[in-house]
Amino acid sequence: MKYLGRMVAFAVVVVFLSVPAESIAGLSLGDAVKAGQEKAAQQVAPEVIEQTLMELFAWGDTGWGDELAVGFGLTVALSITTLPIGIVLGFCVAGLSLSGKKSLRVIGLTYSTVFRGLPELLTLFLVYNGVNQLLNSIAKSFDVNAAFVEVSPFAAGVTALGLVFGAYSGEVLRGAIQALDKGQIEAGFASGMNRWTVFRRIMLPHIWRLALPGLGNLWVNLVKDTALVSVIALEDLLRMTNLAVATTKLPFTFYCVACLAYWIVCFASERVIARMEMRVSRGFRRA
Amino acid sequence: MDVTETFIRFWPKLLDGAMMTIWLVFASTLIGAVIALPAAIAKTSGNFLLSTPVQVYISFFRGTPMLAQLFLVYYGAGQFREELMDANLWWFFKEPINCAILTFALNTGAYQTESLRGGLMGVAAGEVEAARAIGMSWLTMYRRIILPHAYRIAFPALGNEVILMIKASSIASTVTIFDIMNYTSEDYTQNFDFFVYLLAGMAYLVMTTAFVNLWRMLERKLNPQWASMAIQGE
Repeated sequence: MKYLGRMVAFAVVVVFLSVPAESIAGLSLGDAVKAGQEKAAQQVAPEVIEQTLMELFAWGDTGWGDELAVGFGLTVALSITTLPIGIVLGFCVAGLSLSGKKSLRVIGLTYSTVFRGLPELLTLFLVYNGVNQLLNSIAKSFDVNAAFVEVSPFAAGVTALGLVFGAYSGEVLRGAIQALDKGQIEAGFASGMNRWTVFRRIMLPHIWRLALPGLGNLWVNLVKDTALVSVIALEDLLRMTNLAVATTKLPFTFYCVACLAYWIVCFASERVIARMEMRVSRGFRRA
Repeated sequence: MDVTETFIRFWPKLLDGAMMTIWLVFASTLIGAVIALPAAIAKTSGNFLLSTPVQVYISFFRGTPMLAQLFLVYYGAGQFREELMDANLWWFFKEPINCAILTFALNTGAYQTESLRGGLMGVAAGEVEAARAIGMSWLTMYRRIILPHAYRIAFPALGNEVILMIKASSIASTVTIFDIMNYTSEDYTQNFDFFVYLLAGMAYLVMTTAFVNLWRMLERKLNPQWASMAIQGE
């Protein structure tokens, strides 16, 4: 693939851009939790014997509304952070599997086969424990008495989900790139555009149009897969719900609410994506 | 730690876990298929009262994480323990394996409905008209004309649903079911031997690859006309 170098550069830029997003998300969530704890310390808990639904999901230290909202925020932050990384990885994989060199094609194909074939849960454990073990063995090699280093679950979650998203979106993007009109690309070069301009102004709009339905499905899958990070103790919506259930002993009520929240996000996403599809294909709309 | 040593220690567990994973996938996809057939027919029926509940069912199970669905069924049942005991249903919900199979079946049923709907809509309109014209009853028409075609059209898509189920079944490990994933996590926390994750990954890849080949073979068996087409093509 001719544009591989530029794609890699683009990947690096996006990764750098998404690093502040992660730290900002972590910071604001941490603040919210801290504020909640302070509020809990200041206020005297009213004596509640039988909690109504309104009280259960109230904001503040009596209800679980704010905790669930914080978890929901982390779920959304995790999805939004993973998306650009996954798409850039997908472009790299698509570039590899369309490469003229057989060795590069084999790498791209192997990557997408492995990460589409492994269960997401296993990928998550592989990344989380694998990176932890690697970091600790490196730390031990420098200093035998090194303290136990631990990778942040957020970073592990983003990496694992990004790897999976990259494998799937690689296939979607490869299909889109293969469906491009070769004549338009040639016309771009003929009119004196350089490779980056051809990619940005001719290929990308078409890729976007052709890949959007596939990427939309992957986005919904990504939002759902973020629930898996609750098993590595990342305090997302499902984990917060688990905590609420452990305290209130009302599992059905709380898991229903969690499911409803995911459902709303997925439903809204589908609607937005349908609108976007209408918009990007407005030049191609059938009579 | 030696790799061979790990393999010798771990493979009986891996085999045991694989049996559980296969059983989970087999039971849930089969029940899912039983759900999907009437649901897909209801959704394509054009009757608002029939298609709306199916639409909601599909939307819910495809729009929420399966992990949350499993927790909703398994832990959620505990909230209605008294009622379920009165209804003599508690024996079912107290076993995690039953809850897992129920959740997985409902989940894959929703996905299979969508695949099968695609198949039903892919049946040529002329064939349906011909069946009606010669006076076939609704049941005969579905049994002899529509369903044989619809299942053949939907066959690859249904295979993809089974592959998704093989991977998704790893979620059962979160409710103490000893499938491949749970044995792997348990072994890792005991020995901190990263190699078991790679073994588990290979086990899943072998299972999915074997299934893909089996499904392709079945597809050729279901479409014997392809063989003669291939010869003509040559």
